[in-house]
Amino acid sequence: MTEKRAGKRNVCRRKKPASRKEVSKMAKKKTSGDIVFHICNYTLFLLFTLVCVYPFYYLIINTISSNELSANGQITLLPRELHLNNYAEVFRLNGLSAAFGISVARTVLGTAGTVMVSAFLGYMFTQKKMWKRKFWYRFLVITMYFNAGIIPMFITMKMLHLLNSFWVYVIPALVQPYNIILVKTYVESIPASMEEAAEIDGAGVLQRFVKVILPLCVPILATIAIFSAVGQWNAFNDTLMYVTDQKLYSLQYLLYTYLNQASSLARMIKSSGIANMTASLATQQTPSSIRMTVSVIVVLPILCIYPFFQRYFVKGIMIGAVKG
Amino acid sequence: MVMEKRKKDSREGKKMFLMVLPFLLLNFLFCYFPLHGWVYALYDYRSPLKLSQCEFVGLKWFKMLVANETQMKQIGQVMKNTFAMSFLGIATSFLPVLFAVFLNEMKSRKCRAVVQTLTTLPNFISWTLIYSVAFSLFSNSGMVNTVLQQLGLISEPVRILDSGEHVWLFMILLSTWKGLGWGAIMYIASLSGIDQEMYEAARVDGAGRWQMIRNITIPALMPTYFVLLILAVANFLSNGMEQYFVFQNAFNKEHIQVLDLYVYNIGLGGKSFSLATAVGMLKTIVSITLLIIVNAVSKKVRGESII
Repeated sequence: MTEKRAGKRNVCRRKKPASRKEVSKMAKKKTSGDIVFHICNYTLFLLFTLVCVYPFYYLIINTISSNELSANGQITLLPRELHLNNYAEVFRLNGLSAAFGISVARTVLGTAGTVMVSAFLGYMFTQKKMWKRKFWYRFLVITMYFNAGIIPMFITMKMLHLLNSFWVYVIPALVQPYNIILVKTYVESIPASMEEAAEIDGAGVLQRFVKVILPLCVPILATIAIFSAVGQWNAFNDTLMYVTDQKLYSLQYLLYTYLNQASSLARMIKSSGIANMTASLATQQTPSSIRMTVSVIVVLPILCIYPFFQRYFVKGIMIGAVKG
Repeated sequence: MVMEKRKKDSREGKKMFLMVLPFLLLNFLFCYFPLHGWVYALYDYRSPLKLSQCEFVGLKWFKMLVANETQMKQIGQVMKNTFAMSFLGIATSFLPVLFAVFLNEMKSRKCRAVVQTLTTLPNFISWTLIYSVAFSLFSNSGMVNTVLQQLGLISEPVRILDSGEHVWLFMILLSTWKGLGWGAIMYIASLSGIDQEMYEAARVDGAGRWQMIRNITIPALMPTYFVLLILAVANFLSNGMEQYFVFQNAFNKEHIQVLDLYVYNIGLGGKSFSLATAVGMLKTIVSITLLIIVNAVSKKVRGESII
């Protein structure tokens, strides 16, 4: 096939038939301009990819290398004098374990909640029988395009007694119009005959949802789940605005507070443990070692799941683009 | 018979509505109900008091925004920052297109996949973490300054994070770093939809690489680009606040304070609830107006609405 195509091309260019062998040679031969182009192209992409990856690599090698060398900026390419003391020590910081728990809990509950709600509502809004379906669908979707602003939201949360409550992380995020659109579009692409068959067999709307539609929606729900999980894990603003109770800090917010007070934290760790009395300069906590270790703890879950779920991310943005 | 069925359907339809009602209420509670908070813009609200205990001041806060000279100067600077960041965002919006086009020119499928995976990664990292990374790399005792000093290229550390200069540049570089790979994904997907026959035909006609990029690839990406561009125009006033909040400090505050951050700073930061509500309210109204205009333009130009 390729030879045939190349042959066509060759004929046009040289206006003289050539033997098959010669043709395939011609197709493979690159001009010097081509080579230069490819070298430049690959180099640029290589550089940008390195720029994207290096910061994370830098963080990780610095947390497992000698803190003394790290503080002097001597760890730039390879880790040296490996030790894992930083990770052992950093969990003694006030609040880190609690914040880790909060972040995990909000990610799990928030994701499960919004996936279930989106699946249910997305399906229900495909039901033509529903009373004033179009109106209520618009009622929901239009909320994507405005927001009241942070002060009115704050006042509302206060009225609902959600300030300084764990549920402020979960409940407001349950109904997400965008996810509902995604599910609705997806369900509409499933042949209607499948649901009709179940309806004729006497299945009610909930039964049809659970038995017929839900199993078919798994791909889109996986996409929603992964996006919302990353969103929940990375969420920062809600803690900043609605939570002052330290026990409810999310990991992201705790990291932010650590960044602004890392030096006092280093002192805290130093003075708190007996283990540190014997610690050498290489394994002793410094402000930057604490900052970087906590950062790695925050970013590691994402780095770990990301390569495996990347296709879901891509799928998600594509479905959104079709509708968008 | 028909009547009966219709009756049954309508009963079922009501039942379905009742099933979604709790969620509609939830949506009402968190999206529509907060709008009542806009009345706070008409009062002189002080935090622990009840609204009824506060003085009704009418349009005082709205007038104040333009009446007092220092206030006007501050708002002017905030608007300048907002416009600068949005404008830079729009000005760099062609980068993901180029990224997609040139990635497409890479022959090795495996290389493409690796580049795509690794360059989209930063998009899923929170701004807090990016701040932390930036702090390790760019602070006065950070990696970049240390290495440059050791090499003897500079004698004094270059102040990047704690200076008022080049804040906009640094911010746009960071958001480009974070968003470039991800922004290109949509274009990469549209590229796979291009009919390969077109390239063949062009090649037969003797078109070179650049001619094919200019006349086939780029035009195929333009519809997507156009949609994203007008959405960016509609979001002109909304830069979001997280990025600017985490990078904000006493040195760069003047140049980093975009509208969203300003509302936060004067509202929850400075406790001027009413003034912040007034500014936030104006912002929402202008944004919605922009969206409607942009949507109308899109309808006229492309015959398709974006919302």
